[in-house]
Amino acid sequence: MKNLTTGALIAGSTMLSPFAAYAETEVHFWHAFTGRLGELVAAQVEDFNASQDEYTVIASHKGNYSETLNAGIAAFRAGEQPQILMVFEVGTATMMSAEGAVRSVTEVMQESGAEFDPDAYIGAVNGYYTTTEGEMLSLPFNASTPVLWVNRDAFEAAGVDPDTDLSTWQNVGEVLTALQDGGSTCPLTTAWQSWIHLENFSAYHDVPFATQENGFAGTDTELAFNSAAQVAHISAMGEWAADNKFIYLGRRNEGGANFRSGECALFTESSAGYAGISSEAEFAFDVRPLPYWEGVGNAPQNTIIGGASLWVMEGHEDAEYEGAAQFLAYLSSTDVQAQWHQDTGYLPITNAASDATRAAGFYDENPGTDVSVIQMTANDPTANSKGLRLGSFDQIRAIIDEELEAVWAGDKDAQTALDSAVMRGNALLRRFEAAN
Amino acid sequence: MEKRVTFKGWILPLCLIAPQVLVSAIFFFYPAGQAIWQSLFIPDPFGLSMQYVGTGNFEYLLSDPYYRTSFLTTAIFSTLVTLCSMIPALFLAVVADRLIKGAGVYRTMLIWPYAVAPAIAGVLWLFMFNTRVGVVSWYLGQLGYDWNHVLNGGEAMGLVVVASAWGRISYNFLFFFAALQAIPQSVIEAAAIDGARFWKRFWTIVLPLLSPTTFFLLVVNIVYAFFETFGVIHTITSGGPQQSTTILVYKVFSDGFVGQDLGSSAAQSVILLVVVGALTIFQFKFIERRVHY
Repeated sequence: MKNLTTGALIAGSTMLSPFAAYAETEVHFWHAFTGRLGELVAAQVEDFNASQDEYTVIASHKGNYSETLNAGIAAFRAGEQPQILMVFEVGTATMMSAEGAVRSVTEVMQESGAEFDPDAYIGAVNGYYTTTEGEMLSLPFNASTPVLWVNRDAFEAAGVDPDTDLSTWQNVGEVLTALQDGGSTCPLTTAWQSWIHLENFSAYHDVPFATQENGFAGTDTELAFNSAAQVAHISAMGEWAADNKFIYLGRRNEGGANFRSGECALFTESSAGYAGISSEAEFAFDVRPLPYWEGVGNAPQNTIIGGASLWVMEGHEDAEYEGAAQFLAYLSSTDVQAQWHQDTGYLPITNAASDATRAAGFYDENPGTDVSVIQMTANDPTANSKGLRLGSFDQIRAIIDEELEAVWAGDKDAQTALDSAVMRGNALLRRFEAAN
Repeated sequence: MEKRVTFKGWILPLCLIAPQVLVSAIFFFYPAGQAIWQSLFIPDPFGLSMQYVGTGNFEYLLSDPYYRTSFLTTAIFSTLVTLCSMIPALFLAVVADRLIKGAGVYRTMLIWPYAVAPAIAGVLWLFMFNTRVGVVSWYLGQLGYDWNHVLNGGEAMGLVVVASAWGRISYNFLFFFAALQAIPQSVIEAAAIDGARFWKRFWTIVLPLLSPTTFFLLVVNIVYAFFETFGVIHTITSGGPQQSTTILVYKVFSDGFVGQDLGSSAAQSVILLVVVGALTIFQFKFIERRVHY
């Protein structure tokens, strides 16, 4: 009897499946995730596809962030663009100014009638991808913010109390000296220097990174990160670099290896470093809020995000947009978001997901995982801390990297380097303005 | 005296050159023409709009001091890569040529590195010279030398040159070795009987007879240094620190495919086209004269 039922089911499903496949609308989703993150995305897609039978989401990996964006652009030029494209935060201005190539998430959601409440999203996360008029352009997918990672064992080895207050750079400066005196060969290192020490620094101290609300109010923006606050910070970092208290290891997250191996005592890195650090570190570690300079600007304001968001591209059928809207609604749903946040260390994008994670006791069991959420949401974002929207920003970051390297190497002082970065970056902004 | 073969009609020679012309047209003239056309505009990345700027892209580039420096960087880089890949290759070939036993094994071992893709070669060298965990940088540290190619432009240049030249030595070795084998023993024996020692024979007989190969390798290696070392630079330095390893081709890539600035990228391709064209003409006009076939 049992065999008969199974046989009937198989027969039934083979008969049905061609019809089902025919009826389902395909939604293509191009992303940049590999490894663990790639598996998690695949699981989300599979779960969504199983949850309903109208739409099939087909996820494809298209290389790293830059490559995925390039693939999307090339596909659009060939008329083969996917419905949903993952774009990293620095590509935001490029996507935004591509009128006719992208459709705002607000529009997609409202027209399809999918469940959508703009207020459910965390302002500090979603603000990065929202116009000044409140239209949500893309859906934040993986967002993180920089925090301070502390190797408690390294502190103890150097004879420094690991519970020392590290909330301000003034305190950190003293601790760095104490760590070095105690024999530490790498008191401080960093990942993503421009993102953490200039972009987030500016937002956190509520000073402009660029004019026109950091580019939110128009493409006629000019860089402004050569003001006193930033120069003072980069100067201090430059002095620490000269004294070998701050060890520069590379433009991306090269420093992560040295922190995880236990060599470096302090590490400024994304909150999404959690997965790697918690699995590899063989020492006690802490997550602390990013330090700020006491008395500079309105610090601590809030930090801004990095990561990527999902853009819906133009040129598809209505049914496909409905499918895309359903998938985005699924990704924003509380359970999916809460799980994603806990698995990856990325920020939750809705308040409900954050509350659900807290209620489940995750923050109590994994101390420090909520630091990023608190740091992002402590204050309402200002014009200086909403995010950045600058054209050619990937290249501007490369310019900043070059100029900062000149400071760390002792070739330039902070003011000269930042002035030069601003001047070179502005030239790119003018070209971007001309192109769009 | 040049040898000339004359065809009777027009059809056969046209048919014979047609494939080459077709391939050049599709894969060279058409894209090159497009690059020239694109270099006159500032397009947006999605191809939704284009703004005509005339020579604006070229003016923008040539007024950028970093772009001008990039010419010098490219010249230094190409010269070093060419020298570092040809001189050791020639030395190894001469030594291998004198081997009687085990020449096959020796040869195979020397050819191996050529099979390693540039990007992988880049990663290998990067690991060895990693400023904190690299084996070589650790030994240098023991000797009291603080290796830091992340901040030191000279060291970064040295590292990308070595990583680019390394795999290339095999390729050059192969050609030099074959050329050495093709030199008639009788010539060398005659010189030896006249009392010429090894180095004398090498300078006065072997090297001049190798000149066609040397010239060919010179052209090929310069083109390699210009265009194919991209993977190595991308993995090791990404053009840094402070653009000290940003060669012209790397800038075309980073402006076009990272920065989405297709107008500037196209203009750079055109400039590069002119530079490499001029360089090749120069090589054939002035250096080839000194080659004995």
